[in-house]
Amino acid sequence: MITGNRALYEQVILEHNKTPRNFREIEDADRKVEGYNPLCGDHFTIFVKLDGDTIADISFSGKGCAISKASASLMTAMLKGKPKSEAETLFNRLHDLVTSNPDDPVDEKALGKLQVFSGVREYPVRIKCATLAWHALAAAFEGKEEVSTE
Amino acid sequence: MTLTQHGEETETAAQARPFTPPEVAAIRRDFPILQTLRAGKPLVYLDNAATSQKPLAVIDATTQYYESENANVHRGIHALSERATEVFEGAREDVRRFINAGRVSEIVFTRGTTESINLVAQSYGRQNVGPGDEVLLTTMEHHSNIVPWQMLCNERGAVLRVAPINEAGEVDMEAFRGLLSEKTKIVAVTHVSNALGTVNPIKEMVRLAHGVGAAALVDGAQAAPHMPVDVADLDCDFYALSAHKMFGPTGMGVLYGKEALLDAMPPYQGGGDMILSVTFEKTTYNKLPHKFEAGTPNIAGAAGLGAAVRYLENLDRRRIAAYERELLEHGAETLEQVPGLSFIGTAAEKAGVISFQLADVHPHDIGQLLNEENIAVRAGHHCAQPTMERFGVAATSRASFAFYNTKEEFDALADALGKVRELFA
Repeated sequence: MITGNRALYEQVILEHNKTPRNFREIEDADRKVEGYNPLCGDHFTIFVKLDGDTIADISFSGKGCAISKASASLMTAMLKGKPKSEAETLFNRLHDLVTSNPDDPVDEKALGKLQVFSGVREYPVRIKCATLAWHALAAAFEGKEEVSTE
Repeated sequence: MTLTQHGEETETAAQARPFTPPEVAAIRRDFPILQTLRAGKPLVYLDNAATSQKPLAVIDATTQYYESENANVHRGIHALSERATEVFEGAREDVRRFINAGRVSEIVFTRGTTESINLVAQSYGRQNVGPGDEVLLTTMEHHSNIVPWQMLCNERGAVLRVAPINEAGEVDMEAFRGLLSEKTKIVAVTHVSNALGTVNPIKEMVRLAHGVGAAALVDGAQAAPHMPVDVADLDCDFYALSAHKMFGPTGMGVLYGKEALLDAMPPYQGGGDMILSVTFEKTTYNKLPHKFEAGTPNIAGAAGLGAAVRYLENLDRRRIAAYERELLEHGAETLEQVPGLSFIGTAAEKAGVISFQLADVHPHDIGQLLNEENIAVRAGHHCAQPTMERFGVAATSRASFAFYNTKEEFDALADALGKVRELFA
């Protein structure tokens, strides 16, 4: 059954894909970086407005598959108003999740909503989709303007 | 299944009968992989433009070579080497007949279409293309018929020209004519587009290329599996194809070239087999086609390719084309009913490929969900990024079929796409 592919296409993912959060540009962004996956053509721009070390505002624009778009949307929703260091913490947790063994237990508390990406563990080719926006954000904090996940 | 080969000799394409459902069922039994199930679901293989499946005849020919004929070619005195040489050179004759070339010396074995095109670019191209000269392509070329020419033009200070395509995915012939001039040295164009399915008016394009004195190379990778190919009638100078796209093994391909051109061209690679004699002072190159086949070749690949050719001839390529026209028509009509579906590539003459978009659902999500139904399609840019750019998309979903596919498989695809659409609605 097509509708049975819940392992990957969790309702939360479908919902964020359909109605992405913070899907807009920030004109006076302090950081702006493009994330591009040449293999599948996913292409996002991440915008960040900083207040000291706090992420005052964060948004994204661009195109990609449901997994990459939902991940970008969740990222912006989870990081707005949080310290910069939180981005690295969550990215590490997401990365550890999607690259772990499909049978490993999921730390639901630490991951929060990011646990919806546990299905990606079954589909290694989609890891880049789930992490594209996060790679771009990490690059933005490193002062880069472009990142490719090839 | 067995059909007489006479059919192919006498019937014209218009007269050819499409395969009947029982005939297709019999054909499907020739392909072991089509009998497999995944999670209880039969394989609906619609990724034939990427690579086709292999009939038992091909699998057996390669196995038989390794089991009872394996030796190196063109060098042994012993019986096995003679047998291997017979197999290898027999396949060359099969290919000559398959594309109606005049001589076996015009059939060069390569690793595939990509290597065939690189061979022409590096050998003929470097010899005949100079500063200010032009190479003419079309927008719908596969990367393998773009990059080798870019490399050549960069090296030689030549200019790459590109004939545009219209909204249907057909070459703008007016523009094509306009881009031809005495500067044009090579015209390289695909016979059938892998991303759109468009069948190009190759004979006319070759005639126009010759009108300005340019050589014409045809990328035949996507044509050979679907229709009769006649290089004598097309009058092309070079024709490239891949065995694995026409039901043969991977790593095996063909370059057809007119003898006079091949004769005048320098070797592509140096090594064993491509020489007559070697001293440190001077090497004498072998005669055609061996001049272009350095090193021990893909002998098992040739055995498999020969078997694939004979299998296709036995089925009759005119009947294959007639049946696939029915499939294309049925596929297009069925998929058109799926809400939100739109086609990319609606040329009047098409073969083997239906490329589409489904509302704003990303092709990778479509491919992933179809995989749950054991339906294999390709999602992506199909190694044709300029074509994607022409239509303003990063990627499409592509259902590409062969003569073993059925109308029911297109029905299953349409049904599954309807469910995908609902999931994302």
